[in-house]
Amino acid sequence: MTVLLDDTGIRLTLQRLAQEIAAAIPPACPVAVVGIRRRGDELARRLIPLLEAQGVHDVAYGSLDITLYRDDLAEIGPAAIVRTTEIDFDVAGHFLILVDDVLNTGRSIRAALDAIMDLGRPKAIRLAVLVDRGGRELPIQADFVGVRTESDHEHVRVSLREAGGEDRVDVDA
Amino acid sequence: MSRQPNPIQDARRMVAEAQSAPTDPAVWPHRNLLTLESLTPDDIRLVLDTAQAFEDVSTRSVKKVPALRGRVVVNLFYEDSTRTKTSFTLAAQRLSADIIDFSEKTSSSSKGESLRDTVRNIEAMGVDIIVVRHPAAGAPHLIARNVKCCVINAGDGRHEHPTQGLLDIFTIRQAKGKIAGLKVAIVGDVVNSRVARSNLHGLLKLGAEVTFVGPTTLVPRGFESMGAKLCHDFDSVIDQFDVINMLRIQRERISSNVFPSVQEYSRLFGLTNERMRRAKPDVLVMHPGPINRGIEMSGDVADGQKSAVLKQVTNGLAVRMAVMFLCKQAAENG
Repeated sequence: MTVLLDDTGIRLTLQRLAQEIAAAIPPACPVAVVGIRRRGDELARRLIPLLEAQGVHDVAYGSLDITLYRDDLAEIGPAAIVRTTEIDFDVAGHFLILVDDVLNTGRSIRAALDAIMDLGRPKAIRLAVLVDRGGRELPIQADFVGVRTESDHEHVRVSLREAGGEDRVDVDA
Repeated sequence: MSRQPNPIQDARRMVAEAQSAPTDPAVWPHRNLLTLESLTPDDIRLVLDTAQAFEDVSTRSVKKVPALRGRVVVNLFYEDSTRTKTSFTLAAQRLSADIIDFSEKTSSSSKGESLRDTVRNIEAMGVDIIVVRHPAAGAPHLIARNVKCCVINAGDGRHEHPTQGLLDIFTIRQAKGKIAGLKVAIVGDVVNSRVARSNLHGLLKLGAEVTFVGPTTLVPRGFESMGAKLCHDFDSVIDQFDVINMLRIQRERISSNVFPSVQEYSRLFGLTNERMRRAKPDVLVMHPGPINRGIEMSGDVADGQKSAVLKQVTNGLAVRMAVMFLCKQAAENG
């Protein structure tokens, strides 16, 4: 097991992501961060004050559950719990940053895009991820990437303090 | 009081907090939903939590999720039903499943085909979920033993109506924020009611206290052994309940001698404005429908502030979506 990011690493990475995102936001456009549950929603929540520090105010927040949009019931496993999607603003017209912890096959992102489209029509959707571990099965790429790792046969594990643990990203061989 | 109490919001928050509390990941192991009697408290809580997530689907611009796309649901109804069948149909459609009706009048059962043959034929067409209502208690169990697809009981004789029980419990939890410790009255034709039995099993498992109220002919002794309290004098206990669930009096049974007249039944056990004044101020009034206005409850009570009757219908959709989704997920995970 190797540590990819410790708590300082996660903090600095999110800070840099916020800077990059802030620079990409078009003028006079409402901004929203939407995280994919679980963990993406917590990262999205952390981005809000960091974006504020970059001068991006009034950022709407939402959390998205994609269980019902997965392309294979068997793939999500018997323990998949359907959680509430909590997006209480109208996504239409927003510059929407979709946030997830790890980008791998791209299937979660495909599901998330479908889920968002069913809620309305954002002005644009951009993807921010903490870790891009390669292994894509769909033509989906992130716009803002924290760290990249080519760990095709390894397991990337993200733990966050919101879930009761400490902030770190591990790679298990 | 500095803050205006908002019971619905409070209840939602309490449920949300309970849901987000760290617990072991729950697993739904059942490909069929036949009874509430056979479920564990965790099973029931998982359906309620899942239904809560499905609730949002009905309020957004696209009222559909692709979870059961390409799957086929059959409504196999051997008894008349409008609302239950419509509710299952809409729930299946909101999950993007295809749904077909197979009603008794148009089927081969009128030509003498056995139930076992009928369901095997249906399954052979590649069906994923059979929703069945049948006048014989245990018919859904017989079907489940003979097919590999999911079977959901939509009411079997006087036995159980599990999705109605679940939606009633969901509605109570939504309004009160909890189930444990609540006092629930189920009033009326208990002996003939599958709704009463499913409610009893589900509510007891989650820690509520259930009292069956009605004349001795409709609330016989035997229910005590199932864990219910019995009462034959509504007026003496009406001020004790957090929830009052009124069952439908089936007019066709009135000619028999279970009670002397509709008027007398209504006078002793009907939920009138006068009785409502003596009930708890925050009592929740429920009815599985269709209501005989003026018999089980007055029109004012049915339409009143404390009535959850239409909320029950709305919640039925989310609960049935949750049940179909969970059963199908369990089936596909082997």
